[in-house]
Amino acid sequence: MAFTPEIAAIRFGEGLSPSIAPAKSVAEVMAQLRGDDLAAAAFPIPPLSDLYGDFAKVNALKKAARRGRKGPDADDLSRSYKQARRGFNSRLQGVFAPLVSRSITSPQPFRERLTRFWADHFTVVGKTNLTRSAVPFYIEESIRPHIAGRFVDMLKAVMVSPMMLEYLDQNTSVGPNSRGARGRRGLNENLARELLELHTLGVGGAYNQTDVRQLAELLTGMSTDLSKGFVFRAKIAEPGAENVLGQAYGGGAPAVEDVMAFLDDVARHPDTARHIARKIAVHFTSDTPDAGMVADMTQRFRETDGDLSAVYQVMLDHPFAWSSFGEKIKQPVDFMLSAMRVLEVPAVSLRKMNRTKRAAYVLTPMTAMGQHWFRPAGPDGWPEEAAAWVTPQGLAARIQWAMSAPSAFYRSLPDPRDFAEVALGGALDKKVEFAARAAETRREGVGLVLASPAFQRR
Amino acid sequence: MSGSLSRRKFLMKATALGCSAAASPLLTPMTFAQAPGENRLVVIILRGAMDGLDAIRPLGDPLIHRYRAGLGISRESAAMDLDGFFALHPAMADLLPLWRQGELAAVHAVSTPYRDKRSHFDGQDLLEAGTGIDVSGAQAREGWLNRLLQILPGAGSETAFAIGRSDMKLVAGRAPVSSWSPDGRLDMSPQARLLLEEIYHDDALFHDTSTDAIAIADSLGLASTDSFGMSSKDMRAAVKSARAAGDAGVLAGFAARRLNEESRIAAFSLGGWDTHRGQTRGISRALGGLQDAILTLKRDLGPKWQKTAVVAVTEFGRTARANGTNGTDHGTGGAMIMAGGAIRGGRVYGDWPGLDEASLYARRDLMPTRDVRSYIGWLMHGLYGIERSSLETLVFPGLQLGRDPGLLA
Repeated sequence: MAFTPEIAAIRFGEGLSPSIAPAKSVAEVMAQLRGDDLAAAAFPIPPLSDLYGDFAKVNALKKAARRGRKGPDADDLSRSYKQARRGFNSRLQGVFAPLVSRSITSPQPFRERLTRFWADHFTVVGKTNLTRSAVPFYIEESIRPHIAGRFVDMLKAVMVSPMMLEYLDQNTSVGPNSRGARGRRGLNENLARELLELHTLGVGGAYNQTDVRQLAELLTGMSTDLSKGFVFRAKIAEPGAENVLGQAYGGGAPAVEDVMAFLDDVARHPDTARHIARKIAVHFTSDTPDAGMVADMTQRFRETDGDLSAVYQVMLDHPFAWSSFGEKIKQPVDFMLSAMRVLEVPAVSLRKMNRTKRAAYVLTPMTAMGQHWFRPAGPDGWPEEAAAWVTPQGLAARIQWAMSAPSAFYRSLPDPRDFAEVALGGALDKKVEFAARAAETRREGVGLVLASPAFQRR
Repeated sequence: MSGSLSRRKFLMKATALGCSAAASPLLTPMTFAQAPGENRLVVIILRGAMDGLDAIRPLGDPLIHRYRAGLGISRESAAMDLDGFFALHPAMADLLPLWRQGELAAVHAVSTPYRDKRSHFDGQDLLEAGTGIDVSGAQAREGWLNRLLQILPGAGSETAFAIGRSDMKLVAGRAPVSSWSPDGRLDMSPQARLLLEEIYHDDALFHDTSTDAIAIADSLGLASTDSFGMSSKDMRAAVKSARAAGDAGVLAGFAARRLNEESRIAAFSLGGWDTHRGQTRGISRALGGLQDAILTLKRDLGPKWQKTAVVAVTEFGRTARANGTNGTDHGTGGAMIMAGGAIRGGRVYGDWPGLDEASLYARRDLMPTRDVRSYIGWLMHGLYGIERSSLETLVFPGLQLGRDPGLLA
């Protein structure tokens, strides 16, 4: 199989849409990554840094309420804290509609897919009350601007994000011989290990426990202030140089530049190139991608110092990107978004959806399919393998949702026969066509189309 | 990527859960009649690396107090004493009666063969594969529980049940295994069912998996055909049951239901063990969940509890010393917890290596003195009569089982 606009839309986009034409060539797919970010402009989501003020405000009110809980103003203080908390929460929850609407309406859907891919590569989960729902804002600030740029820029943006520093405990890691340690506080290896294992070299990469330890020392000082975001605290940074992957960093007064120098080096390490190239190939093409394609992508990564667009271009130009069509199973989030795209769920309905309905129609079913949105179990993010998603319980949840959600979104559903053509395009086969015709109700007909392997695979 | 076992490689061909039902239909009287004896095994995978030194505390070793200042190790300790040397973490206080009745035990200073890189994900893959570190190919992609089923006489597709939303590599492999999440439903009209079967007919993965799903949903009464078409009200009701579905007690309750019927082996996962900071609170919550799971199994299995062995295993232990943030980092040796009427409880098994720096692994982690697979192997030997030679070549290929610790009552 070679390039077709429909395959491009299904494999490298959010699926087909009744009203948005798919890219007609590889060049048009790549063009989606250039110029203005149209979906972000149409459905803005603020960057995390816009929340720092709210973080500080809510936190201050919480402290005041706690301090004054036995005083005469206890009720007032508690009320104003709770009010601020509610306002902040609804600001965070407000991100749901624009997030979903982007995928439904974007004329540059490759951007949405890449944004989710990289957000998964640099997985964070909000661990405190304040950051629990802040992940989309992190993605907006640290991931999305870099998806078509250089890998090192994204790596650096992520490593100074309060979300990553909190998630992998870097915030609280203290150089054991620093002034701030006072003989009590010390190192935490979490971020150092995942930076090597997950974010750059890969677990098969050329590093050992000593590298992890040395990197953990090098990273000390990288920290957060709730109201300002990233801060470098020299006081808790381990003094002296650290040797990571055979190279010495620092040695003078501790500075964030030492960390950045390491990130520059590790981003262009051959193991990083291999790891990243393979991961992109696995996500977009096959659980067992063509070795030649991965090698070409790896080489391009190295030649261009990690220019990600150049790496995508190699993938899209390779015949395997098209011949392996159908090997991947859409993850639950991708499945649901592509269903909502072909159903054209209006932005206004999404905006009006209250918390109960969001949970009932989208978030709980997605969790039942095996994907608790924005809360993967660990920093390795979501699995890629078909067998991880197509389990009896996971598939049952997909079928259940396919049969019920469309009529929750719409009072009247399209004719299943027309719907099958729009949803599947060239992937429509005789059996699905027959089922769409033979179903007893529109609801079942539409559900069967969405539940079909042709719609679940990409 | 070199010798290490990548998560991806592991799962590549593991269409395990799917491929089975077609070959051996669920819930036939045959399966029931053939069930392999009455003994039951529950395997709980503790994901995220449980701190064995905190769960089963070696309070008799004075170094533990020095290593772990700030982790709340001395509080309430006397009341939690197990054998004069080890004490139970207070979050599991409700398990003390089981200990006294000989229905709770621990194994200390154990690990898989995984060393040095201390990655959760590779560590869990190896724990579930049950192989040595240098194994690749089919054996590395299958889980040890599946390999047990492959040689278990009379095992059918419902003999083993994996519970929860995510798949478990532990049960991946050729032998049929059932899996479901407690909140799962599959409501469809008979007509839609027929059409779905047609649509899935030529896609092996979807065909086999949906056949399993339908059979399980039917058998559990979780598939309605007459009132097909979930209303938005039904969808909202589903939110409630989904919320509970990840709870340790709900998972264990579901496991007990299956074990009271045809199933003899159940497996599920509990998370929340990666206590890099603020460990006191984090591990209490996780251990509380484990305790809840064990007590639920005991309650719901009734008399069958006497024929049950529960094992809770984790990918590796954590550092002997607290880190700089009142937590612990990834380590090596750890503990395994056992419960059930079938086990010879009231004791901590294993050779204690000591905690002085020279006795630690890499001068930082509890030294593993025995392979955790050897205990699991002896348990299988006792519960199901699996020959030692089969355990050493088929279930845990390459493992030397060593002496029998006598885990069963």
